[in-house]
Amino acid sequence: MKPAAPVPFTGGLATRARWHPLEVLFWLAAFASYYFLPSKHLILTEIAILALFALSLDLILGYAGIVSLGHAAFFGFGAYVAGLLAKHQLVTEPLLALLLAGLAAMLLGFVTSFLVLRGSDLTRIMVTLGVALVLREIANRYAWLTGGADGLQGISMDPLLGLFRFDMFGRTAHAYTLIVLFVLFLLARRIVNSPFGLALQAIKGNALRAAAVGVAVNARLVAVYSMAAFYAGIAGALLTQTTAFASLDVFSFERSADLLLVLIIGGTGYLYGGLIGAIIFKLMQDYLSALTPQYWPFWIGLVLVVIVLVGRERFSSWTLPLRRLAAGSHWRAERARRIVGEGH
Amino acid sequence: MVPALQTFGLDKRFGGIVAANDVSLQVQKGARHALIGPNGAGKTTLVNLLTGLLQPTSGRILLDGKDITRLRPHKRVKLGLTRTFQINQLFFELTPLETVALAVCERQELGGDWWRLLASRQALMAEVVSILERFGLADVMEERTVTLPYGKQRLLEIALAIACQPSVLLLDEPAAGVPEDERQAILAIVAALPSDVTVLLIEHDMDLVFKFATFISVLVNGALFVQGTPEEIARDRRVREVYLGEAAHA
Repeated sequence: MKPAAPVPFTGGLATRARWHPLEVLFWLAAFASYYFLPSKHLILTEIAILALFALSLDLILGYAGIVSLGHAAFFGFGAYVAGLLAKHQLVTEPLLALLLAGLAAMLLGFVTSFLVLRGSDLTRIMVTLGVALVLREIANRYAWLTGGADGLQGISMDPLLGLFRFDMFGRTAHAYTLIVLFVLFLLARRIVNSPFGLALQAIKGNALRAAAVGVAVNARLVAVYSMAAFYAGIAGALLTQTTAFASLDVFSFERSADLLLVLIIGGTGYLYGGLIGAIIFKLMQDYLSALTPQYWPFWIGLVLVVIVLVGRERFSSWTLPLRRLAAGSHWRAERARRIVGEGH
Repeated sequence: MVPALQTFGLDKRFGGIVAANDVSLQVQKGARHALIGPNGAGKTTLVNLLTGLLQPTSGRILLDGKDITRLRPHKRVKLGLTRTFQINQLFFELTPLETVALAVCERQELGGDWWRLLASRQALMAEVVSILERFGLADVMEERTVTLPYGKQRLLEIALAIACQPSVLLLDEPAAGVPEDERQAILAIVAALPSDVTVLLIEHDMDLVFKFATFISVLVNGALFVQGTPEEIARDRRVREVYLGEAAHA
């Protein structure tokens, strides 16, 4: 799907855009999980949804430098839109409903993006947090529509594309979320290696200078924020569709905060961080909650503290091979220089 | 002939401080125009007003006869007004290749293109590489900018502005803090700019100013003090007093 002709002088740019065997392996393993871990469909589906959600946050945090502590706003909005479409039989085909839920979240992202354009990281944290809290309260208040604290019940899903029923083992759900994740990942990969993606990274690095070479900073930020909201909305809608349920919890602060944790574990700005982080986070959560059902947040908290203390650069250094790929050859050159010992 | 860049009664106040005071400046097309003045004279404020980082309290700015007073910074760039910064403003995590590619993309209105891979645009990348070669940056174009020595970063700072193909270029102390050998490289590049590019040079270094400029404006306390050819400015007693006075205080 990409012109792979090696162009010598585009070095790092071309290396980054080209598929590396490790990436192919990653996705082969992801799809193989469907066949080889039949008893794990449920948790693998959860992982795929979280991975998509984290991918969404990585687009704005890792590439555009917008920090958010309320990304669940779009996740939740997508979740409720998908739920309402299914419950009231407005759009019964799941894939179409998924797209509509994503677009609805995108619209919400577009409208609220103007709130995060200005201000420091702290302002952005507060504003994004506020938006998510407001949405949660709206969903709570209008119980006639959303079911309030009881959640949106009575959702029945039609077969996917009219062919595949959502079965009780979660087979369809697993394949469905995995394919959606893969397609949206391909799109994100395309985006970050485009001129638009480059402009985003420039804005993250130095918005003042980006504007001084002609980058329409605000327009680019609005675009990527809306796009990330689309991704998050799709992730939320997938949750509703695969569980036939939506509750206020989709908007919760914990969901936004966990998401940041996922990205901190996996690392930002190379797309795979969200995916790897989601796998680790969910497995850890699964393992710890089996070990100590009541106290697993304690362990998650401990891990978070350790990550921050050890330094997330060093902690996520085991993902370095992938990061280097993502960042292209200059990383290699830099490391070589560091080893030789003539670094700055 | 319409001046390339023109201001009318430009005022900028920060509370009680007057940073620009009724500045009416004309920069002719293709000029090698220098703007000098003692520290704190308001030179950088003027550049920030011209490029849109600051909004004037009153007054107007015309670029090639077109009023740009209220335009946002990036729109002014699209109209051909580009600057360099006194203190490097670079993208430390990007490589010089990516940095210059960004500018070329924006000039070709590709900044919103989120589909086609950057690396697949061969003509564009060839142009990027030729710019980097001109600035002696080709050998480090795949290094992250943060790892480059200061002199190279300074060259990239200027390469980035040139990559925008400006019609009017504002150089804010291009040689500031650059070691002597790399300073020559920068001076050579500035001297070799195409003659149809209008250059406004903001500089402290009198050597450079008198070597380069064909017209000089002196800014003191936010206001235009004296203007003239280098010979006139060199002879002007008041200018010498302003600079000697500064030296006496320093």
